[in-house]
Amino acid sequence: MITSALWIHLVKDLRIEWRSKEAINSMLFFALLVVVLFSLAFDPRGSFAREIAGGVLSVATMFASVSALNQAWAREIRHQVLDAQRMAPAPGSELYLAKVLANFLFVTIVQVLLAPVFLVMYNLNILGNAWLLAVVLPLGTWALVANGTFFAALSIRSRNRELLLPLILFPIFVPALLAMVQATTAILTGESDPSLWIKLLLGYDIIFTTVSLLLFEVVLHAE
Amino acid sequence: MTAQAPAAAAEKALCARVEQVSKLFGAFAALRQISVDLEPGHCYVLLGENGAGKSTLLRILAGLLRPTHGSVKVFGGSEPQQVRERIAYMSHAPMLYDELTGSENLRYFASLYPDRKCLSPQEALRQVGLDPALSRPLGQYSQGMRQRASLARVLMPVPELLLLDEPFSNMDIESARQMVSMLAGFRRADRTIVLTTHQRELAAPIADWILTLHAGRVASFEPGSPTQ
Repeated sequence: MITSALWIHLVKDLRIEWRSKEAINSMLFFALLVVVLFSLAFDPRGSFAREIAGGVLSVATMFASVSALNQAWAREIRHQVLDAQRMAPAPGSELYLAKVLANFLFVTIVQVLLAPVFLVMYNLNILGNAWLLAVVLPLGTWALVANGTFFAALSIRSRNRELLLPLILFPIFVPALLAMVQATTAILTGESDPSLWIKLLLGYDIIFTTVSLLLFEVVLHAE
Repeated sequence: MTAQAPAAAAEKALCARVEQVSKLFGAFAALRQISVDLEPGHCYVLLGENGAGKSTLLRILAGLLRPTHGSVKVFGGSEPQQVRERIAYMSHAPMLYDELTGSENLRYFASLYPDRKCLSPQEALRQVGLDPALSRPLGQYSQGMRQRASLARVLMPVPELLLLDEPFSNMDIESARQMVSMLAGFRRADRTIVLTTHQRELAAPIADWILTLHAGRVASFEPGSPTQ
Protein backbone atom coordinates (compact mmCIF):
# COMPACT_ATOMS: atom_id res chain seq x y z
CA MET A 1 0.00 0.00 0.00
CA ILE A 2 1.37 3.43 -0.88
CA THR A 3 1.33 5.62 2.22
CA SER A 4 1.02 9.37 2.15
CA ALA A 5 4.69 10.06 2.99
CA LEU A 6 5.87 7.50 0.42
CA TRP A 7 3.75 9.17 -2.24
CA ILE A 8 5.04 12.65 -1.28
CA HIS A 9 8.68 11.52 -1.54
CA LEU A 10 8.00 9.76 -4.84
CA VAL A 11 6.25 12.75 -6.42
CA LYS A 12 9.13 14.99 -5.33
CA ASP A 13 11.75 12.65 -6.87
CA LEU A 14 9.78 12.35 -10.13
CA ARG A 15 9.27 16.11 -10.33
CA ILE A 16 12.98 16.80 -9.80
CA GLU A 17 13.95 14.22 -12.42
CA TRP A 18 11.37 15.59 -14.86
CA ARG A 19 13.00 19.03 -14.54
CA SER A 20 16.65 17.98 -14.51
CA LYS A 21 16.55 14.72 -16.54
CA GLU A 22 19.99 13.99 -15.10
CA ALA A 23 19.47 10.34 -14.21
CA ILE A 24 17.60 9.19 -17.31
CA ASN A 25 19.85 11.00 -19.79
CA SER A 26 23.09 9.70 -18.30
CA MET A 27 21.72 6.16 -18.01
CA LEU A 28 20.26 6.08 -21.51
CA PHE A 29 23.41 7.22 -23.28
CA PHE A 30 25.66 4.94 -21.26
CA ALA A 31 23.45 1.88 -21.80
CA LEU A 32 23.12 2.67 -25.50
CA LEU A 33 26.88 2.92 -25.79
CA VAL A 34 27.42 -0.46 -24.11
CA VAL A 35 24.84 -2.19 -26.32
CA VAL A 36 26.26 -0.70 -29.53
CA LEU A 37 29.88 -1.40 -28.59
CA PHE A 38 29.12 -5.04 -27.74
CA SER A 39 27.25 -5.50 -31.01
CA LEU A 40 30.21 -4.08 -32.93
CA ALA A 41 32.72 -6.18 -31.00
CA PHE A 42 30.89 -9.53 -31.34
CA ASP A 43 28.86 -9.10 -34.55
CA PRO A 44 26.00 -11.09 -32.98
CA ARG A 45 23.68 -13.08 -35.23
CA GLY A 46 21.29 -16.04 -34.87
CA SER A 47 21.74 -18.38 -31.92
CA PHE A 48 24.93 -16.65 -30.76
CA ALA A 49 23.02 -13.35 -30.42
CA ARG A 50 20.34 -15.09 -28.33
CA GLU A 51 23.00 -16.61 -26.05
CA ILE A 52 24.76 -13.36 -25.24
CA ALA A 53 21.83 -10.92 -25.38
CA GLY A 54 20.67 -11.55 -21.79
CA GLY A 55 24.14 -10.93 -20.43
CA VAL A 56 24.70 -7.78 -22.49
CA LEU A 57 21.35 -6.31 -21.49
CA SER A 58 21.87 -7.07 -17.80
CA VAL A 59 25.42 -5.70 -17.71
CA ALA A 60 24.41 -2.57 -19.67
CA THR A 61 21.56 -1.92 -17.21
CA MET A 62 23.80 -2.60 -14.23
CA PHE A 63 26.58 -0.21 -15.25
CA ALA A 64 24.19 2.47 -16.46
CA SER A 65 22.11 2.45 -13.29
CA VAL A 66 25.10 3.20 -11.05
CA SER A 67 25.08 6.83 -12.14
CA ALA A 68 21.34 7.16 -11.40
CA LEU A 69 21.73 5.50 -8.02
CA ASN A 70 24.50 7.88 -7.01
CA GLN A 71 22.53 10.82 -8.39
CA ALA A 72 19.48 9.93 -6.30
CA TRP A 73 21.33 10.56 -3.04
CA ALA A 74 23.66 13.26 -4.34
CA ARG A 75 20.54 15.47 -4.62
CA GLU A 76 19.85 14.93 -0.95
CA ILE A 77 23.42 15.68 0.09
CA ARG A 78 23.62 18.86 -2.02
CA HIS A 79 22.74 21.85 0.21
CA GLN A 80 22.42 19.43 3.18
CA VAL A 81 18.81 18.56 2.34
CA LEU A 82 19.38 15.15 3.91
CA ASP A 83 19.77 16.85 7.31
CA ALA A 84 16.31 18.38 6.88
CA GLN A 85 15.01 14.90 6.03
CA ARG A 86 16.70 13.48 9.13
CA MET A 87 15.02 16.08 11.32
CA ALA A 88 11.54 15.50 9.91
CA PRO A 89 9.34 13.04 11.82
CA ALA A 90 8.41 11.02 8.68
CA PRO A 91 9.89 7.48 8.74
CA GLY A 92 13.12 7.04 6.80
CA SER A 93 11.98 3.70 5.35
CA GLU A 94 9.43 5.56 3.22
CA LEU A 95 12.11 7.86 1.86
CA TYR A 96 14.11 4.75 0.91
CA LEU A 97 11.16 2.99 -0.69
CA ALA A 98 10.22 6.10 -2.67
CA LYS A 99 13.77 6.31 -4.01
CA VAL A 100 13.67 2.62 -4.97
CA LEU A 101 10.38 3.12 -6.81
CA ALA A 102 11.68 6.24 -8.59
CA ASN A 103 14.92 4.51 -9.60
CA PHE A 104 12.97 1.45 -10.72
CA LEU A 105 10.84 3.65 -12.93
CA PHE A 106 13.89 5.45 -14.41
CA VAL A 107 15.72 2.19 -15.19
CA THR A 108 12.55 0.68 -16.67
CA ILE A 109 12.08 3.71 -18.94
CA VAL A 110 15.66 3.29 -20.15
CA GLN A 111 15.09 -0.43 -20.79
CA VAL A 112 11.92 0.30 -22.75
CA LEU A 113 13.72 2.91 -24.88
CA LEU A 114 16.65 0.56 -25.34
CA ALA A 115 14.57 -2.49 -26.34
CA PRO A 116 13.97 -1.64 -30.04
CA VAL A 117 17.62 -0.71 -30.55
CA PHE A 118 18.63 -3.92 -28.85
CA LEU A 119 16.34 -6.08 -30.99
CA VAL A 120 17.67 -4.49 -34.20
CA MET A 121 21.39 -4.46 -33.30
CA TYR A 122 21.32 -8.10 -32.12
CA ASN A 123 18.91 -9.42 -34.80
CA LEU A 124 16.89 -11.10 -32.07
CA ASN A 125 14.24 -13.68 -32.78
CA ILE A 126 12.76 -14.81 -29.47
CA LEU A 127 12.15 -18.59 -29.42
CA GLY A 128 10.72 -19.01 -25.87
CA ASN A 129 7.79 -17.34 -24.10
CA ALA A 130 8.51 -13.68 -24.82
CA TRP A 131 5.97 -12.48 -22.22
CA LEU A 132 8.19 -13.95 -19.48
CA LEU A 133 10.65 -11.15 -20.19
CA ALA A 134 8.03 -8.83 -18.69
CA VAL A 135 8.49 -10.79 -15.45
CA VAL A 136 12.26 -11.34 -15.50
CA LEU A 137 13.37 -7.82 -16.39
CA PRO A 138 11.32 -6.01 -13.67
CA LEU A 139 12.41 -8.58 -11.06
CA GLY A 140 16.07 -8.16 -12.01
CA THR A 141 15.75 -4.39 -12.15
CA TRP A 142 14.11 -4.33 -8.71
CA ALA A 143 17.00 -6.43 -7.31
CA LEU A 144 19.45 -3.92 -8.73
CA VAL A 145 17.73 -0.74 -7.56
CA ALA A 146 16.65 -2.03 -4.13
CA ASN A 147 20.24 -2.98 -3.30
CA GLY A 148 21.74 -0.08 -5.21
CA THR A 149 19.61 2.57 -3.49
CA PHE A 150 20.51 1.15 -0.09
CA PHE A 151 24.24 0.93 -0.76
CA ALA A 152 24.28 4.33 -2.46
CA ALA A 153 22.85 5.79 0.75
CA LEU A 154 25.49 3.92 2.72
CA SER A 155 28.34 5.26 0.60
CA ILE A 156 27.01 8.78 -0.04
CA ARG A 157 29.06 10.46 2.69
CA SER A 158 32.26 8.90 1.37
CA ARG A 159 34.60 10.99 -0.74
CA ASN A 160 35.02 8.07 -3.21
CA ARG A 161 31.33 7.26 -3.45
CA GLU A 162 31.35 6.82 -7.25
CA LEU A 163 33.94 4.07 -6.88
CA LEU A 164 32.61 2.67 -3.62
CA LEU A 165 29.07 1.97 -4.81
CA PRO A 166 29.97 -0.50 -7.60
CA LEU A 167 32.59 -2.09 -5.33
CA ILE A 168 29.92 -2.90 -2.73
CA LEU A 169 26.93 -3.39 -5.01
CA PHE A 170 28.22 -5.60 -7.81
CA PRO A 171 29.46 -8.55 -5.68
CA ILE A 172 26.17 -8.59 -3.74
CA PHE A 173 24.17 -8.34 -6.95
CA VAL A 174 25.96 -11.35 -8.55
CA PRO A 175 23.29 -13.98 -7.61
CA ALA A 176 20.53 -11.77 -9.05
CA LEU A 177 22.62 -10.99 -12.13
CA LEU A 178 23.24 -14.69 -12.71
CA ALA A 179 19.53 -15.46 -12.34
CA MET A 180 18.56 -12.58 -14.64
CA VAL A 181 21.04 -13.62 -17.36
CA GLN A 182 20.13 -17.32 -17.19
CA ALA A 183 16.39 -16.60 -17.22
CA THR A 184 16.69 -14.18 -20.15
CA THR A 185 18.88 -16.59 -22.12
CA ALA A 186 16.41 -19.44 -21.44
CA ILE A 187 13.55 -17.29 -22.75
CA LEU A 188 15.43 -16.08 -25.83
CA THR A 189 16.74 -19.52 -26.84
CA GLY A 190 13.67 -21.48 -25.70
CA GLU A 191 16.01 -24.35 -24.76
CA SER A 192 15.30 -24.54 -21.02
CA ASP A 193 12.72 -23.63 -18.39
CA PRO A 194 13.43 -20.23 -16.74
CA SER A 195 11.03 -20.75 -13.80
CA LEU A 196 13.75 -21.77 -11.31
CA TRP A 197 15.72 -18.59 -12.08
CA ILE A 198 12.58 -16.47 -11.81
CA LYS A 199 11.85 -17.93 -8.35
CA LEU A 200 15.43 -17.22 -7.32
CA LEU A 201 15.06 -13.60 -8.45
CA LEU A 202 11.78 -13.25 -6.55
CA GLY A 203 13.32 -14.66 -3.36
CA TYR A 204 16.33 -12.41 -3.72
CA ASP A 205 14.08 -9.35 -4.14
CA ILE A 206 11.99 -10.16 -1.08
CA ILE A 207 14.98 -10.84 1.17
CA PHE A 208 17.08 -7.84 0.15
CA THR A 209 14.20 -5.36 0.08
CA THR A 210 13.11 -6.44 3.58
CA VAL A 211 16.63 -6.25 5.01
CA SER A 212 17.24 -2.85 3.40
CA LEU A 213 13.96 -1.49 4.75
CA LEU A 214 14.80 -2.70 8.25
CA LEU A 215 18.31 -1.26 8.21
CA PHE A 216 17.68 2.00 6.39
CA GLU A 217 16.81 4.06 9.46
CA VAL A 218 20.28 3.24 10.88
CA VAL A 219 21.96 4.26 7.62
CA LEU A 220 19.95 7.50 7.39
CA HIS A 221 20.84 8.64 10.88
CA ALA A 222 24.50 7.56 10.79
CA GLU A 223 26.88 10.48 11.37
CA MET B 1 33.82 27.15 32.81
CA THR B 2 30.16 26.21 32.51
CA ALA B 3 27.01 28.11 31.83
CA GLN B 4 24.61 26.02 33.82
CA ALA B 5 22.00 26.95 36.39
CA PRO B 6 22.89 25.58 39.82
CA ALA B 7 19.49 24.06 40.59
CA ALA B 8 19.10 20.74 38.79
CA ALA B 9 15.46 20.57 39.89
CA ALA B 10 14.67 23.18 37.26
CA GLU B 11 15.48 20.68 34.46
CA LYS B 12 11.83 20.06 33.64
CA ALA B 13 11.23 23.75 33.04
CA LEU B 14 14.25 24.00 30.74
CA CYS B 15 14.12 23.96 27.00
CA ALA B 16 17.46 22.15 26.84
CA ARG B 17 20.22 21.02 29.17
CA VAL B 18 23.68 20.40 27.79
CA GLU B 19 25.78 18.58 30.34
CA GLN B 20 29.53 18.07 30.11
CA VAL B 21 29.32 17.58 26.34
CA SER B 22 32.45 16.81 24.38
CA LYS B 23 32.58 15.96 20.70
CA LEU B 24 35.58 14.32 19.10
CA PHE B 25 36.16 13.96 15.37
CA GLY B 26 39.00 11.46 15.37
CA ALA B 27 41.67 13.06 17.52
CA PHE B 28 40.24 16.56 17.13
CA ALA B 29 38.07 17.83 19.98
CA ALA B 30 35.42 20.16 18.50
CA LEU B 31 33.73 20.60 21.90
CA ARG B 32 35.25 20.12 25.33
CA GLN B 33 33.01 19.61 28.36
CA ILE B 34 30.40 22.17 27.47
CA SER B 35 27.57 22.68 29.96
CA VAL B 36 24.74 25.09 29.36
CA ASP B 37 21.05 25.40 30.21
CA LEU B 38 18.62 26.94 27.74
CA GLU B 39 15.42 28.44 29.11
CA PRO B 40 12.20 28.76 27.12
CA GLY B 41 11.48 32.11 25.52
CA HIS B 42 15.09 33.22 25.44
CA CYS B 43 17.47 33.93 22.61
CA TYR B 44 21.04 32.66 22.96
CA VAL B 45 23.68 34.05 20.66
CA LEU B 46 26.76 31.90 20.11
CA LEU B 47 29.91 33.76 19.26
CA GLY B 48 33.39 32.52 18.52
CA GLU B 49 36.00 32.35 15.82
CA ASN B 50 35.82 29.79 12.99
CA GLY B 51 36.32 26.29 14.37
CA ALA B 52 35.31 27.28 17.91
CA GLY B 53 32.58 24.61 17.93
CA LYS B 54 29.45 26.73 17.39
CA SER B 55 28.05 24.69 14.50
CA THR B 56 28.91 21.41 16.22
CA LEU B 57 27.00 22.49 19.32
CA LEU B 58 23.98 23.42 17.18
CA ARG B 59 24.09 20.07 15.36
CA ILE B 60 24.24 18.23 18.67
CA LEU B 61 21.23 20.21 19.96
CA ALA B 62 19.43 19.35 16.71
CA GLY B 63 20.14 15.65 17.22
CA LEU B 64 22.12 15.43 13.99
CA LEU B 65 25.29 14.58 15.91
CA ARG B 66 25.64 12.57 19.10
CA PRO B 67 28.03 13.81 21.75
CA THR B 68 31.10 11.66 22.34
CA HIS B 69 30.82 12.34 26.08
CA GLY B 70 28.14 14.00 28.17
CA SER B 71 24.43 14.33 27.48
CA VAL B 72 21.88 16.63 25.89
CA LYS B 73 18.30 16.63 27.15
CA VAL B 74 15.55 18.75 25.66
CA PHE B 75 12.02 19.61 26.79
CA GLY B 76 12.38 18.07 30.25
CA GLY B 77 14.49 15.00 29.63
CA SER B 78 14.06 13.76 26.06
CA GLU B 79 16.87 13.03 23.63
CA PRO B 80 16.76 15.49 20.69
CA GLN B 81 16.23 12.55 18.29
CA GLN B 82 13.02 11.59 20.11
CA VAL B 83 11.38 14.99 19.68
CA ARG B 84 12.86 16.12 16.39
CA GLU B 85 9.52 17.54 15.16
CA ARG B 86 9.75 20.16 17.96
CA ILE B 87 13.22 21.32 16.91
CA ALA B 88 14.16 23.12 13.69
CA TYR B 89 17.66 23.64 12.37
CA MET B 90 18.85 26.01 9.67
CA SER B 91 22.42 25.50 8.49
CA HIS B 92 24.78 27.51 6.25
CA ALA B 93 23.33 25.62 3.28
CA PRO B 94 19.67 26.24 2.34
CA MET B 95 18.65 22.57 2.93
CA LEU B 96 16.18 22.85 0.03
CA TYR B 97 16.03 21.42 -3.49
CA ASP B 98 17.39 23.59 -6.29
CA GLU B 99 14.99 22.13 -8.86
CA LEU B 100 11.80 23.02 -6.95
CA THR B 101 10.27 26.45 -6.38
CA GLY B 102 10.12 27.94 -2.88
CA SER B 103 6.44 26.96 -2.52
CA GLU B 104 7.04 23.43 -3.80
CA ASN B 105 9.94 22.96 -1.40
CA LEU B 106 7.89 24.16 1.55
CA ARG B 107 4.82 22.12 0.58
CA TYR B 108 7.03 19.05 0.45
CA PHE B 109 8.57 19.63 3.87
CA ALA B 110 5.22 20.59 5.44
CA SER B 111 3.81 17.25 4.37
CA LEU B 112 6.58 15.46 6.27
CA TYR B 113 5.08 16.84 9.52
CA PRO B 114 1.60 15.27 9.32
CA ASP B 115 0.91 15.44 13.09
CA ARG B 116 2.07 19.00 13.56
CA LYS B 117 0.07 22.14 12.98
CA CYS B 118 2.36 23.90 10.49
CA LEU B 119 2.09 27.35 8.97
CA SER B 120 0.96 27.15 5.37
CA PRO B 121 3.85 27.43 2.88
CA GLN B 122 2.39 30.72 1.62
CA GLU B 123 2.22 32.13 5.14
CA ALA B 124 5.79 31.05 5.94
CA LEU B 125 7.11 32.56 2.70
CA ARG B 126 5.26 35.83 3.28
CA GLN B 127 6.68 36.01 6.82
CA VAL B 128 10.21 36.03 5.43
CA GLY B 129 9.33 38.51 2.70
CA LEU B 130 9.23 36.14 -0.26
CA ASP B 131 6.44 36.03 -2.84
CA PRO B 132 4.74 32.60 -2.68
CA ALA B 133 3.74 32.94 -6.33
CA LEU B 134 7.37 33.05 -7.47
CA SER B 135 7.62 30.33 -10.13
CA ARG B 136 11.41 30.26 -10.46
CA PRO B 137 13.19 27.17 -9.12
CA LEU B 138 15.26 27.77 -6.01
CA GLY B 139 18.48 27.27 -7.98
CA GLN B 140 17.76 30.62 -9.66
CA TYR B 141 17.24 32.53 -6.39
CA SER B 142 19.87 34.95 -5.11
CA GLN B 143 21.83 33.90 -1.99
CA GLY B 144 19.74 36.20 0.19
CA MET B 145 16.48 34.80 -1.18
CA ARG B 146 17.68 31.25 -0.56
CA GLN B 147 18.49 32.22 3.00
CA ARG B 148 14.95 33.57 3.44
CA ALA B 149 13.42 30.44 1.92
CA SER B 150 15.53 28.37 4.27
CA LEU B 151 14.27 30.41 7.22
CA ALA B 152 10.70 29.90 6.00
CA ARG B 153 11.32 26.15 6.05
CA VAL B 154 12.39 26.16 9.68
CA LEU B 155 9.62 28.51 10.82
CA MET B 156 6.91 26.48 9.08
CA PRO B 157 6.56 23.64 11.64
CA VAL B 158 6.45 26.30 14.42
CA PRO B 159 9.28 24.71 16.42
CA GLU B 160 9.79 25.21 20.14
CA LEU B 161 13.57 25.25 19.74
CA LEU B 162 14.93 27.11 16.74
CA LEU B 163 18.60 26.58 15.86
CA LEU B 164 20.08 29.00 13.34
CA ASP B 165 23.61 28.70 12.00
CA GLU B 166 24.79 32.04 10.59
CA PRO B 167 21.30 33.24 9.61
CA PHE B 168 22.52 36.72 8.60
CA SER B 169 25.23 35.60 6.19
CA ASN B 170 24.57 36.64 2.56
CA MET B 171 21.93 39.12 3.71
CA ASP B 172 21.95 42.87 3.33
CA ILE B 173 21.64 44.91 6.54
CA GLU B 174 17.98 45.81 6.02
CA SER B 175 16.95 42.20 5.40
CA ALA B 176 18.96 41.07 8.42
CA ARG B 177 17.16 43.65 10.60
CA GLN B 178 13.79 42.43 9.32
CA MET B 179 14.82 38.90 10.21
CA VAL B 180 15.79 40.01 13.72
CA SER B 181 12.35 41.64 14.19
CA MET B 182 10.68 38.44 13.08
CA LEU B 183 12.81 36.36 15.45
CA ALA B 184 11.91 38.77 18.27
CA GLY B 185 8.23 37.95 17.67
CA PHE B 186 9.06 34.26 17.66
CA ARG B 187 10.87 34.61 21.00
CA ARG B 188 7.96 36.52 22.56
CA ALA B 189 5.78 33.47 21.84
CA ASP B 190 7.88 31.65 24.51
CA ARG B 191 10.00 29.82 21.97
CA THR B 192 13.75 29.42 22.29
CA ILE B 193 16.29 30.55 19.72
CA VAL B 194 19.95 29.60 19.55
CA LEU B 195 21.86 31.33 16.78
CA THR B 196 25.46 31.59 15.76
CA THR B 197 26.83 34.68 14.11
CA HIS B 198 29.96 36.69 13.48
CA GLN B 199 27.82 39.87 13.35
CA ARG B 200 27.22 40.40 17.06
CA GLU B 201 25.67 43.83 16.61
CA LEU B 202 22.92 42.45 14.35
CA ALA B 203 21.78 39.89 16.92
CA ALA B 204 22.19 42.22 19.92
CA PRO B 205 18.55 43.49 19.92
CA ILE B 206 17.22 39.98 20.70
CA ALA B 207 20.18 38.47 22.59
CA ASP B 208 19.12 37.49 26.11
CA TRP B 209 22.39 35.64 26.62
CA ILE B 210 25.68 35.72 24.77
CA LEU B 211 27.75 32.56 24.87
CA THR B 212 31.27 32.80 23.53
CA LEU B 213 33.12 29.64 22.58
CA HIS B 214 36.86 29.39 22.19
CA ALA B 215 38.57 26.21 20.99
CA GLY B 216 35.55 24.10 21.93
CA ARG B 217 35.18 25.51 25.46
CA VAL B 218 32.84 28.12 26.96
CA ALA B 219 34.96 31.26 27.17
CA SER B 220 32.19 33.47 28.56
CA PHE B 221 28.47 33.39 29.23
CA GLU B 222 27.03 36.80 29.87
CA PRO B 223 23.59 38.44 29.76
CA GLY B 224 22.75 40.52 26.72
CA SER B 225 20.71 43.68 26.65
CA PRO B 226 17.79 42.93 24.36
CA THR B 227 15.73 45.84 23.08
CA GLN B 228 13.08 43.97 21.08
